[in-house]
Amino acid sequence: MSWNASLPLLVLASSLVPGLIIFCLPEEKQRTRTTLNLVGVLLKLALVTFMVWGVQQGEHYETRIPLLPGLDFVLRADALSMFFALLSAVLWLATTIYAIGYLEDSPHRSRFFGFFSLCVTATLGVALAGDMITFLLFYEMLTLATYPLVVHRGTEAALRAGNVYLAYTVTGGALLLAGMVWLHTLSGPLEFTANGFLAGLARDHAAALVAIFVLLIAGLGVKAALVPFHGWLPQAMVAPAPVSALLHAVAVVKAGAFGIIRVIHDVYGIELAAELALTGPLAGLAALTIIYGSLQALLQNDLKRRLAFSTVSQVSYVALGIAIAGPVATIGGIVHLVHQGLMKITLFFCAGNLAETLGIHKVTEMRGVGRRMPWTMAAFTLGAFGMIGVPPMAGFFSKWFLGSGGLDMGQPWVVAVLIVSSLLNAAYFLPVLRAVWFEDPPEAWPAERSFGRSETSLMLLLPTLSTAFSALAVGLLASMPLSPLQWASLVASLEYRP
Amino acid sequence: MGTLSPDSPWTIWVIFSPLAGAVFTFLWPRRARLAVPLVALGTVGSVACLVWQVAELGVQSHALGGWAAPLGINLYADGLSAMMLLTTALVGAAVTFYATEYFRRASETARYFWPLWLCLWTALNALFLSWDIFNLYVAFELLGLAAIALVALAGSADALTGAMRYLLVSLLGSLTYLLGVALFYSTYGTLDIGLLGDLTAPSAASWAATGLMVAGLLLKTALFPLHFWLPPAHAAAPTPVSAILSALVVKASFYLLLRLWLEVFPVTAAGLGHLLGLLGALAIVWGSLQALRQTRLKLLVAYSTVAQLGYLFLAFPLALSPVAATAWSASVFFILSHALAKAAMFLAAGNILRFAGHDRIAELGRAPYGVSLSWAAFGVAGISIIGLPPSVGFAAKWLQLEAALAGGQWWWTLPIVGGGLLATAYVFKIISCVFSQNGRTSGTNGISWRMEWTAFGLSLAALGIGFAAPQLLALLNSGTPLALHEVGSAP
Repeated sequence: MSWNASLPLLVLASSLVPGLIIFCLPEEKQRTRTTLNLVGVLLKLALVTFMVWGVQQGEHYETRIPLLPGLDFVLRADALSMFFALLSAVLWLATTIYAIGYLEDSPHRSRFFGFFSLCVTATLGVALAGDMITFLLFYEMLTLATYPLVVHRGTEAALRAGNVYLAYTVTGGALLLAGMVWLHTLSGPLEFTANGFLAGLARDHAAALVAIFVLLIAGLGVKAALVPFHGWLPQAMVAPAPVSALLHAVAVVKAGAFGIIRVIHDVYGIELAAELALTGPLAGLAALTIIYGSLQALLQNDLKRRLAFSTVSQVSYVALGIAIAGPVATIGGIVHLVHQGLMKITLFFCAGNLAETLGIHKVTEMRGVGRRMPWTMAAFTLGAFGMIGVPPMAGFFSKWFLGSGGLDMGQPWVVAVLIVSSLLNAAYFLPVLRAVWFEDPPEAWPAERSFGRSETSLMLLLPTLSTAFSALAVGLLASMPLSPLQWASLVASLEYRP
Repeated sequence: MGTLSPDSPWTIWVIFSPLAGAVFTFLWPRRARLAVPLVALGTVGSVACLVWQVAELGVQSHALGGWAAPLGINLYADGLSAMMLLTTALVGAAVTFYATEYFRRASETARYFWPLWLCLWTALNALFLSWDIFNLYVAFELLGLAAIALVALAGSADALTGAMRYLLVSLLGSLTYLLGVALFYSTYGTLDIGLLGDLTAPSAASWAATGLMVAGLLLKTALFPLHFWLPPAHAAAPTPVSAILSALVVKASFYLLLRLWLEVFPVTAAGLGHLLGLLGALAIVWGSLQALRQTRLKLLVAYSTVAQLGYLFLAFPLALSPVAATAWSASVFFILSHALAKAAMFLAAGNILRFAGHDRIAELGRAPYGVSLSWAAFGVAGISIIGLPPSVGFAAKWLQLEAALAGGQWWWTLPIVGGGLLATAYVFKIISCVFSQNGRTSGTNGISWRMEWTAFGLSLAALGIGFAAPQLLALLNSGTPLALHEVGSAP
């Protein structure tokens, strides 16, 4: 196997192999486990960066193994897959460091980090999948690898949440499977192709293609937490903070959103999807999810639940951007994969810091916490501003491109949705920020732990600050070459090539 | 039919090796521990050679004593036989390895286990190579008797009741089958499958014979609602026996049904096919729901077998379409997948049972300490049972869904997909024990690494062999066993 053919496999192996070794490690071998984790994460980051550079140079990376008659196991690097792969690799570095700090002295760490590594492997597999069956393989692997993380605490509540999570995601996977097999019987191979590969079937099988689209989007919508398939996400909040950060920023919801992009761009093709009148309803569903998620977030007092509903809302920006079916909005949708990831992971890290350091879980307990933990709360503020869409934070650019893209396509209602959503975002974040910075702290925190001179453990603080800083930087530097925005424009231009 | 195919002596060795082993271990039980690995090696080796020949050279056959059918006995191996032999060899070797450790301390049980198990292996191999319906009966009967004796080995009251019920069912099934054989023989004057296939025509006698044989085989394959005997027998047996029964023995009667359906039975009976499919779908739902209700681990695994057997029967209606070969291939893949995964599950469950001293699910919380590899085996086997990629179970499910959708019978996708969801529910009912903080099982009995690794190895095989699906499909189609005989498949 040549170098270019084995590189995608190496990317997967760089987390799979350490993960499998970690499973076998005894609990007390903390140093070995941490080393393995970091070596794997850094190696993966290096490999992915190298591939990004290679793809830009026009290199072709592809692994292909026959799987079933007419279907191959394909891993391939294209502009979109590298976009998602790089995001995952970077955020994984932050989350791994955070998780090592977070889980210090807690039981079952070998198990946790083993499944954690399987989870990143699955996410990278989703990113690199070159056809639908490979995508499905890693999509299901993601479900299985995240379940143990969700139920990690082993409490009754955690196990119940795990069951809900499984019920949703496995059903979603089953719908996806049914859609794929059906598509396979009509079209043969299922390889992702720029501009889709179904145009030839539109005349004879239009109804079937619509039905298949519904199956596929429902299957993906479960992970992407589209209303009405979002029920698992708030439940999954019982998981430890790094897991929530992971589920919400990169792994699970993003796998769903990424799959929706793949289906519309590389299976149906934007033109066919628009022609079959599929994008309109999807845009409507996404808009509904955006508003509904924000409204629900407003009602939550539990901080992590509020953030969870915020995710429900924000991830649908991606689907909305794609479904508007215009080049500018598409840029907004795709770049939001990165922007939302950076902002949301910051917010969840902050929630974790609060819980670990002061025992704060509720929004009402956050009064005056800005004086006790200024750095964490600064990061939280940046993340919240980003979510609201204050310039020059990353979130602003997503919304800007979505809005102007909607106008370009003659759909001004998109702007209305964005405005309502931003107002709601402001309504559920700004009062929190006011309480954090301007109200007096209580006499005592619910469960305070001391970390010496630092406000909290550095292993927790540094990842938080770096992701918050990144969320600011990708906004400030949006017009630099190789910024997420520029890369998203490249991806969109491939789809909308004249 | 066989006279044109190349003559392969390996067909004899495949039967003779385990038979010799059975005789040896019966005569010299003290030497069993030494002899058994060699016997297993010899059997697996001969199967490997035969499978290789079938894959490379096509159909293999051998006329025993040089007398061709209809006078003599023909051994015949095509792709379907090869797949069954291969499945049996994989599971058989693993179980043999496991049992050397499992029976280490129970010399009295082991004394009977080895001859019986090797006898059973002989019967299975003979069944897959037989090419006339009376020989099939003989092998089938031997298989049934050996299996019943193995269940009774556990010696507990549960096991004896289970074995007794199994005995009655088995005898009834065989007897019905034998009546069918007699009817065919009196009508057409031959027992050779190939000759019968050319002769059978729709008539009252052939219909009666078909009905009798199908009924007998359904009973022995434990298709819903004839499954009642299976869970107690499979759950009460000693662990290696449970694995053998669930993984191999029930598949043997399905194989027989499939073979006769394709080669002998007069016409493709559309109504009967749909009935079998419907029962299969009900089996999936009922078996899964029952599995979900169980409070004992081994019973849960046994009911899962009832459910999984249902998938095999969906092929009968699905094959009534242009994509028949895909539908049959799916069933054969299910056999392979379920054999590996279910054997792994039973071995894992047996380890957990022996380690904890009980298998009450509610009290299994926190049990992983000490047998974590067995839990891992259970989970990985679960992936195959649920039918998630890249396992063989997924390949099977994919092919079956494809057959349903391409053949225009979309409604069969509901039990196929729904069964996967139910399977997830009962597999994770067990898996969640690993993460639970509730119970506190402390292990009393050590489990040797061999027993753990055998279970884990089997589960990995079920997961990994999915990547060999193209090669396995090619092997299966060697000699086109899956084409109906009217279409003109005779080589």
